[in-house]
Amino acid sequence: MSDLRAELCLNLAKWCHTHIEPHMEHDDAEGKFRLEIFQGLGEQGYAGITLPEAYGGAGLSYADYVATLEEMAKYSVAYAVTVSVSNMVQTILASYGNEAQKQKFLPALTNGTEIGAFALSESHSGSDAASLKTTAKKVAGGYSLNGTKMWITSAGVAKTYIVMARTGGEGAKGVSAFIVRDGDKGFSYGKAEKKMGWKASPTRELIFENCFVPEENRLLNEGEGFKVAMGGLDRGRIAIGAIGVGCAQRALDEAIKYSLGRVQFSQPIFDFQGLQFMMADMALEVEASRLLVQRAAELIDNNQSPSKLASMAKLKATDTAMYVTTEAVQIHGGVGYTSEYPVERFMRDAKVLQIVEGTNQIQRVVIARHLKKEYAP
Amino acid sequence: MWFFTPEERELQKTCRDFARAEIAPMAEKLDTEEKFNLKAFRGMGDLGVLGITADPEYGGAGLGATAATIVMEEFGKADPGTTLSFLAHSILCVNNIDKNASAEQKAKYLPKLISGEHIGCMAMSEPGYGSDAVGMQTKAVKTGNDYVINGAKMWITNGSMADVSYVYTRTGPGKKDLTTFLVEKGAPGFSVSKEIHKMGMRTSPTAELAFQNCKVPASARVGAEGDSTVHMMKNLEIERITIAGISLGVAQACVDQCIKYAGERKQFGKNLANFQMIQKMVAEMATETEAMRRLLYTVCYEFDHGHKSNTLASMVKLQLPKMATKIALDAIQLHGGYGYSREFPVERLMRDNKLIEIGAGTNEVMIMIIAKNLLKDALKE
Repeated sequence: MSDLRAELCLNLAKWCHTHIEPHMEHDDAEGKFRLEIFQGLGEQGYAGITLPEAYGGAGLSYADYVATLEEMAKYSVAYAVTVSVSNMVQTILASYGNEAQKQKFLPALTNGTEIGAFALSESHSGSDAASLKTTAKKVAGGYSLNGTKMWITSAGVAKTYIVMARTGGEGAKGVSAFIVRDGDKGFSYGKAEKKMGWKASPTRELIFENCFVPEENRLLNEGEGFKVAMGGLDRGRIAIGAIGVGCAQRALDEAIKYSLGRVQFSQPIFDFQGLQFMMADMALEVEASRLLVQRAAELIDNNQSPSKLASMAKLKATDTAMYVTTEAVQIHGGVGYTSEYPVERFMRDAKVLQIVEGTNQIQRVVIARHLKKEYAP
Repeated sequence: MWFFTPEERELQKTCRDFARAEIAPMAEKLDTEEKFNLKAFRGMGDLGVLGITADPEYGGAGLGATAATIVMEEFGKADPGTTLSFLAHSILCVNNIDKNASAEQKAKYLPKLISGEHIGCMAMSEPGYGSDAVGMQTKAVKTGNDYVINGAKMWITNGSMADVSYVYTRTGPGKKDLTTFLVEKGAPGFSVSKEIHKMGMRTSPTAELAFQNCKVPASARVGAEGDSTVHMMKNLEIERITIAGISLGVAQACVDQCIKYAGERKQFGKNLANFQMIQKMVAEMATETEAMRRLLYTVCYEFDHGHKSNTLASMVKLQLPKMATKIALDAIQLHGGYGYSREFPVERLMRDNKLIEIGAGTNEVMIMIIAKNLLKDALKE
C-alpha cells in the first residue's frame, strides 16, 4: 500500500472510531441516519475522492477510493454504502453530464454537504432493470415524470437523484436519465422499508406524480439512459465488493479478539484446533477477496475494461462477507447473537451486499457472458 | 413420514392448523416489538402439547420424541421464536421435572405448567460457562433446612416471565457436584438482572438471572445432591433432537415460500421458476430439507423405540441447524430485495435459525462430542 493510501486509511479509521463507532448499536436499533456523520466524512475529504479537483474532488485513484470504503465499512456498512452511492452519482455526472450540469450539481456532492442517490429499480423490475415502467413524457420545456421507484438508498436524505424513466418504446433503448432534486414539485417519498440490516441507511420509494423536470436536467440524449445506468455499474460493483471486504475484515478482527480472550475448558477458545481452522479459512477468504477487489480497481485506474473482474470481485467479496460474518457470530456463541457485540449487525448488513448492484446470480450471468465472448468470439 | 402413527398424523394436522391460525399471523409484529405471544402459549395448553412428553397422571400427553418433534416442526414453520419458548417450557422444564423430580414436586408443579397457567424455564448457562457448562459456578449451600443460592445464569429462555425455574447449581467442588432446584418466581433473592436483545428469536424473551442469597427449602431440591449431572445427560438427547425440529420447520417454510415466490415474481418476461439458476436453488434446498427430515425423524423413531444414541442426537443437532441457516440465506437471496425486507418471512426465519446453531450446544460442541464418541478408543492410545 502506498504511503498516501495508508495515511488516508489511518486518518479515516481514527475519525470513524470517534464519530461512528459509538453510535452504531443505538442507530441500528432505531434505524437512525445522522447527516452530520456523512457531512463529517465529507469535511475529512472522503465524499468525492475520485472526482477531479476542478469539481471539488480529491483527484485520487479508484484503488485509493476502494481502500477507504473498506476502512469505512469496518465501522459501518450503512455509511460506507451512503458514500459509495453518492460517489457513483458523482461519477455519472462527471462522465455523462454537460459542463453546466457538472458545475451546478457536483461541488455540493464532492464536498459532502449533499448526498446523491440513484433510482433504477421498481417493484416489478429488479434484476430485469430494462423493463422499468416510470415514464417521462415530453412537455413544454422539459418532461413530466410519473411512476414509483423502489429500494432507493438514501431516499429522503439525498438532495440530487439520478432517475431512469421511459421516454420511448419498450426495452433498454426507450430509457432516459434525469437529474431530479429533493423538493421538486410532484416528487415525494414513499414508505420507509423495514429491513433486516443496513438500518442506519434509509431505503424508501420515490414517487413521481406529474413531476416536471426541465430539459437541461436530462443526461445525454433521449434513449441513452441505460448507457448512463450501466456506465456506473462496474464501479458500483467494485465498491460494493470493497464494502464486503471491510465488513468481513471487521467480523474476523472481532472473532480473533474474542477467541483469544474467551476461556472455556480452561483455555482460550482460540487454542482449539476446530476454531483455528475456522479463522484460518476466514482470513484466507478475506485476503483473496481484497486482492480481487484491488485488482479490479486497478483496471479502472489503467483504463482497462473492468467488467468481468468487477462482477467477480462483487460476487466473491460479498459471498465472503456473508460467510465470514456468519462464522464470526458462531465463534462468539451466545454473546455473538446479541446486539451487545457488533458481529450480528455485520452479519445482517452482509446479506444485502449479495443482493444489491446486481444479485450474485446476475453476476454469474455476466461472468458467463464474458467467458462465452472470450472462448467463442 | 411413512412410519408416523395415526395419532402422530393427527397431532401434525392439529398443530399445523393451530400454527396457521394462532402463531403465524402475529409473528412479524411480535418480532418487531420483541414481544411474547402469550395468547398462543395459553392456546397450546388447551391443545394439550405443553406436557407433550410428560406423564398423563399430571396432565401430560405421554408421547415421545417423534410427537414432540412434529410439534416443533409445525410451530417452527410459523415462528421459531414462539417455538423456542415452547421448547424451553415443555422440554427443558416440564420434561426435566417429569423425568427427575419427586411425586410431590410433580403434583405441585406439572398440572399448572401443562395447562398453560404457568410458564417454565431451565437455567444452566452462566456468563463464563457456556459450552463448558459443567464448570458452572452458581453455588447452593445447605443451611439448616434450606439452601442458599448465589450466582448468575445467562441466556435463559423464558427466564424473565417464568413462574417456575429449573435451576442448576454447584453443591461441591467436583465435576459431578451439580444439583438442581425448583425456584419459584418471587423467591427472596431471586431476580431478573437483564433482558437480552437479540438478532433473532425476538418473540422469545431471554434473560440473565441473578441469585443473591436466594433461599429455597430443601424440598425444592430435585433428587439428591450431586444427582444432576446424570439428570442433565439423561435428557440431552431429547433436547437436541427436538430443537432440531425447529430448524426443519424453518427449512420447510423457506422451501414453501420460495416455490410460491418463484411462481409469482416475473423478471425478463417470465416468472422466476423458468430460470435454471432458480431451479437449482429450489431443487437443492428441497433436497437438503428432505435429507434433514429423514435423518431427524429416523433418529426420533429409534429414540422412541429404545435406541438412544448420543452420537446420532449430536449429529442431528449439528446438521439440521447448519443446513437450515444455509437454506434460509438462499431463500432470502432468491427473493432479492423483497427477501431482505420484513414483508416476507424469510429474513426472520434466517435470523431466528442462527440461534439454533448456538443454543443447546454450539455446532462446535457437537463436533467435539461426535469426534470424542467416534475416536474414543483411538484417543486412549
